[in-house]
This record gives sequence, structure tokens and C-alpha cells, in this order.
Amino acid sequence: MTQLLIRGGRVIDPAVGRDEQADVLLAGGKVEAVGQGLGAPDGVEIVDAAGLVVAPGFIDLHTHLREPGQEDLETIATGAMSAVAGGFTAVCAMPNTDPVCDNQGVVGFVVSQAQRAGKARVYPIGAISLGQKGQQLAEFGELVGAGAVAVSDDGHPVMSSHLMRTALEYAKVFGIPVADHCEEMSLAEGGAMHEGVVSTRLGLKGIPAAAEEIMVARDILLAELTGGHVHLCHMSTRGSVDLIRRAKDKGLRVTAEACPHHFTLTHEACEDYNTNAKMNPPLREDEDREAIREALRDGTIDAIATDHAPHHYDAKEREFDQAPNGIIGLETAFPLANAELVGSGLLTLPQLVERMSTVPARIFGLPGGSLAKGAPADIVILDPGMRWTVDPSTFRSKSRNTPFGGREVKGRAVATIVRGHVVYRQP
Amino acid sequence: MTAAAGLGKDLVGLEKLTPDQVRLILDTAEPFKEVSERQIKKVPALRGKTIVNLFFEASTRTRISFEFAEKRLSADTVNVAAVGSSVSKGETLVDTARNLEAMRIDMVVIRHGSSGAAQFLGDRINSNVVNAGDGKHEHPTQALLDMLTLRDRFSKLDGLKVAIIGDVLHSRVARSNIWGLTKLGASVAVCGPASLLPRGIDEMGVTVLPRVEDAIQWADALNVLRLQLERMTAGFIPSLREYNRVFGVTNERLKRAPKDLLILHPGPMNRGVEIDSDVADGEHSVILPQVTNGVAVRMAVLYLLAGGRPGSSAALQGEER
Repeated sequence: MTQLLIRGGRVIDPAVGRDEQADVLLAGGKVEAVGQGLGAPDGVEIVDAAGLVVAPGFIDLHTHLREPGQEDLETIATGAMSAVAGGFTAVCAMPNTDPVCDNQGVVGFVVSQAQRAGKARVYPIGAISLGQKGQQLAEFGELVGAGAVAVSDDGHPVMSSHLMRTALEYAKVFGIPVADHCEEMSLAEGGAMHEGVVSTRLGLKGIPAAAEEIMVARDILLAELTGGHVHLCHMSTRGSVDLIRRAKDKGLRVTAEACPHHFTLTHEACEDYNTNAKMNPPLREDEDREAIREALRDGTIDAIATDHAPHHYDAKEREFDQAPNGIIGLETAFPLANAELVGSGLLTLPQLVERMSTVPARIFGLPGGSLAKGAPADIVILDPGMRWTVDPSTFRSKSRNTPFGGREVKGRAVATIVRGHVVYRQP
Repeated sequence: MTAAAGLGKDLVGLEKLTPDQVRLILDTAEPFKEVSERQIKKVPALRGKTIVNLFFEASTRTRISFEFAEKRLSADTVNVAAVGSSVSKGETLVDTARNLEAMRIDMVVIRHGSSGAAQFLGDRINSNVVNAGDGKHEHPTQALLDMLTLRDRFSKLDGLKVAIIGDVLHSRVARSNIWGLTKLGASVAVCGPASLLPRGIDEMGVTVLPRVEDAIQWADALNVLRLQLERMTAGFIPSLREYNRVFGVTNERLKRAPKDLLILHPGPMNRGVEIDSDVADGEHSVILPQVTNGVAVRMAVLYLLAGGRPGSSAALQGEER
């Protein structure tokens, strides 16, 4: 039985409220013990964590791994490697692949590719509707049977309120959430960035905040109607935050995530037609960014997710309105969150770990997010004080599309452990 | 003028120019007007320069105006239209740019449907780039010729009140006019259906007037924008008929103005929609002088970008017979 002793770190386990100097003993892929001065059993591998933070590995609820179908942008293997380089021990893969992950065959393929890669765990998210076309429900039972942990139609949101209602009802049978990319398509169609003074100046068609908020409101009403669990993806506006806050006050089963770029940047990053600042939902205004930060502080938004979306550099080297949406995020999420949220005093480090690990695990019902005895030995070792400059050429991801190249950030995963094995060490 | 007061490598828009640079172009255009009135309409200023007119969108007036400007400056020109070129075979803009560069051209005049395309090109090639209209972003030479025409009539732009009427949301002409006019001290108002006014336009330093009657009361000159027929089917306005009834610039409305208003239109016009024929053809219309000034303004821009010195009399000397 493989054993690993992580010695002398500051152990943060939000699941049990632990934050103290301790050792962590891993055995057989599980957490065996956490305590001070743990003895080293014979043959144990020892990792010295003095001066570092030991925490349950991060879990990303929103990742695009591009395989099957667009392996030139990312594969499950490169995405899983990118994940562990960012301290993520598990990622949830969105179904917008080619073919779409709307059947047990594709779910099984994703699971087996992830096993072959052997880095981060990869949990497939199945499609809500066949082909993400918004017409006919996918076979949730078979998707879950093959390993799917949630359903979503991702960037092709279900416009039919009837279908969304039945999805929320039917998903209850399997205890999975329905994750929604909230975008009212008739308002957003053709939009290239946030609708505001910058889009007006640049002459780009804008996507109004209301395009997101209308669907957030609809989904909340349907969650109330059905008692189903709706998970709202990558929230970007102040209005969405207000709606979620009210829904939570009512006790509805609504959870939400936000991405580092939405609490770090605003639409001004699109100046000079910077296609690496083009994503959907778009970067919004100052007041939206502040609202997202406050919502992460008070728990209105439950979790931080990356929306890691790899694109080839050719695809971004284009006219702004022709370039695809999305940026990669697995290797910058923690440093940005640590610098922006912990560095500003908005969150404590344990609260950040909670929002990147413990809470995501709880939302999708995944193992992990805890260092309790018997929990999976999925662990990140962090140096929260390390200052470094983002250099996309060093990314493990196959793609380089990020607006954060050259940015000074703080904090980094120095080692990542999955199933009790060290799968990443910062070089 | 010092060298520092030149235009830089490209003319992408008026937003990033200084007031002095805008004034420089207008002042440089003045002597070029006369070249087009000569028997032999040619000066050697750009002799030996090669210019590509790269038009990804259909254009008659702007393309021909640039071409005349280039030819009257003695440049060698090539026209590339998107249809029938490698662009229609799926070549990206960056590849098109690199190929042009490889042929050692001096300047590119680009018209493109995507906002930012001119800057994109300018950032990637060493040749000078002139924006002949990019998406809904800017159309700087159109605004410059509008301003030159206004200056011809009013002798100065400082303190002038110009109302831009119509589909500001989709208009690159409006954006360039707003930047250019406000930089030279004019007041600008925009007026049109709220569904065709972009969000936050007031933050660009303009007044928003809800009714065309208000604009007519306020302004010294009206710049009437073309209303694309697609705006009706896309749900921005109910009908062209109603647009004309509510926002059309008609003699009946102009009669109630406190003074005679100068009427500009960037063309092509939809007679009977945004502007009535008797206004377009009337005594206060400067729509054709705008077109004439277009050639002079474009000559000035090309001349300055090529490193020409303002006020150089050599530039204006004709070819030897």
C-alpha cells in the first residue's frame, strides 16, 4: 500500500474547520490521518511542506477539455495535466465536444481517457438535450450510469422553458444538478462583448446584462416550481447576484459559480480589440465586478470555477467579432483568486479553499473537498506567498489564450497529489 | 509644423488623433482641392509608391474616391475586392496582410465589415494603413470630408452645432464625426429612434436629442445618416414609412427652423426615407461638395502618411507636360 506523509505544513480543511500546523498521512489513496507529529511508517514517502499550505485539491465545476473532436486545442490528457499544474485534483468536463457528450458512449470515453491520463480526475457533464439542440432530453439515467455528475447544454442554453422545467424535474430522479449557461439568445445574438460604453466606442455589438439576468430569473422560478437543483454557471452581473440572493433567502435549491476573469477584469480589457479578453459571458463593468466579489464573500455565489476554454492562437488572431469566445483558466485561477480576493482581505485563505474545493464537491456531489479520514487523497500543496509573472508559454495546457500573460500574481500550487500520488511538482 | 505633428503610421480613426493632427489633415487638404480642378489632374507627390485598395465590403463612392486621390498623387494602385480574391477562399486577414507585405507595398486602404479590422492590419504590417470604414467603428476620411465641407461654409468648426440624425447604433460615420468635430470645438448632438442609439453614447461627449424637431431647432448643420433597409426586418423600427414620418428630414420640418441649416449626407441616400428629395437637392444641401472634398481629404491623408510635409509647394507642382 502506497503511503505518503506530508510533513509540517499549515493544514487547511474547511470541511472540518481545521487550520493548523500538522502532518497528513495518506495511505491506499485515502487520507489516513491528520495530526501533529505523526510518525513515519516504514517505507513511507515524505513530502516536506514546511512553510507551505496543505489543502484538499481544487475542484473545477466548469472545464472545456475539447476531446473528443478538437484535440488540436486540448486533450483530456493535456487538460488534466493543466489542471494539476493549477492545483486542481478534479475537473468537470462540459459536454460541448464533437460528438456531443449526450450518450453513455461519450461519457464512457471521457472517463477512460481520463484514467489513461492519470492526472486530475475528470468528471463528465452530460448534455441536457440530444446534440445540445434544446429539443429532446438526453438519457440522464444512462449518462449518470456511465459516470456523468451533472447535465448542461453549456453554450447552447435551453431556450424552451418547458424543456428546462422537465430537465429539472427529471434530474431529481438521479440527484444531479442541471447547470445552466444563462443567456437569452435573442438579446445576445451576434454580440461580441458587454454592451456598454466600450462596445459603443469600439463599434462592437454588445451583449446586455439583461441577457444573463432574464435566464437567471427564469431558472430560479423553475427551480421554485420543480424543487429541482439548478446550478448557475459563470455569473457575471450585479443583477444576477441580486436575483440569486433573493432565491437563496427563499431557500431554493440554487447554486452559482463565478470565474476569476469576472472578478478581476472589466470590459475595458477589450480595448484595442484584444481577442484574449473575449469570452461569454463577457467581461462587464466595475459595479458588476464588485458585486461578484461581494457575492463570493457572502456566499451568494458558492464557488469559483474556471470556464477553461482552450482555443488555437490562429483562432484568436482574428478580427474581434470573428474570434471565438473563451480563455483558459486552470493554471491562473488560484493565483488570481488568491491575489484578488485574499490579497484584498475579502476572503481568508481557508474561505478561498472552501470556494474552490469543499463547496464545489458538495454542489456536484463529488468525493473530495475534505481531509477527513477516509476522504480521497487528493491534495494541493500551495505557496500562497509566491509572487510570479504569468507566462503562457509555460502552461501545461495545449492552448495559450489568456488575457493574463505578463500579469504579476501571487500564490501557486507547488505540488498536487491525486489518489495518493504526487502527479505534479512545480519545476 | 514639426515632424512630431505628423499622423504616425496609420489612420485607423479620429478617436486617437490630437486636435492638431485633425487640423493638419484639413489644412493639408485645402491646397489639394485645386489639383482636381486642373486640366491635368496629377501631381507627383506619391510617384513610385504602391497602394492596395483592399475592399472586403461593397463600396462605390469611397473606393473610387480613394482611387482618384491615389492616381492624382501619381501612386501605382491595385484594387482587391473580397469577391473573387483569396479572401473568398477562406484566407484569414492576417495571411492576406502578410502576403501583401511580402510584395513590398507602401500603403493599404482597407474597408472591412469587422470593427477593428484596420487596426488589426496596421498592427501587423509595416505598410501604412488607412481605414476606409471598419464595421461600426470608424470611417475617418468620411468624417474629415464632412468637416472640411462644414469648414468651407462656416469658416470655422469651433462653436458650430452639428446634429447627426438617424441610425447612430450601426454608424461608423457617426462615431468618426463625433470624435473629429468635438476635438475641434464643435458641439455634436445625436438624434434618432432610441432603438438605434447606442448605449452610453452620451459618454462620448454628445447631447442626445429625442426628436428630429429638437435637432432642427438646435443645430447649424444636419448630417443625415443612411437608414439601412435591413433595420426594419431586424426589428429596430416598424417601417420605413413611419421612419420618414417621425425622423425624416423634410422641407416641412426645416421651414420651422430658426435659421437655414446646412444639410450633409454621407450617401448613398434613401430618398424619401431619411431625407426627402427636395431637401437633398435643395439650396442648402452640400451633398455633392462633400464628394468633391472627399478626394482632397484622401489626398491629404495619403500624402501625410507617406511622410509628405504639410505646406510643401513641391507636392502641388504638376507633372511636366
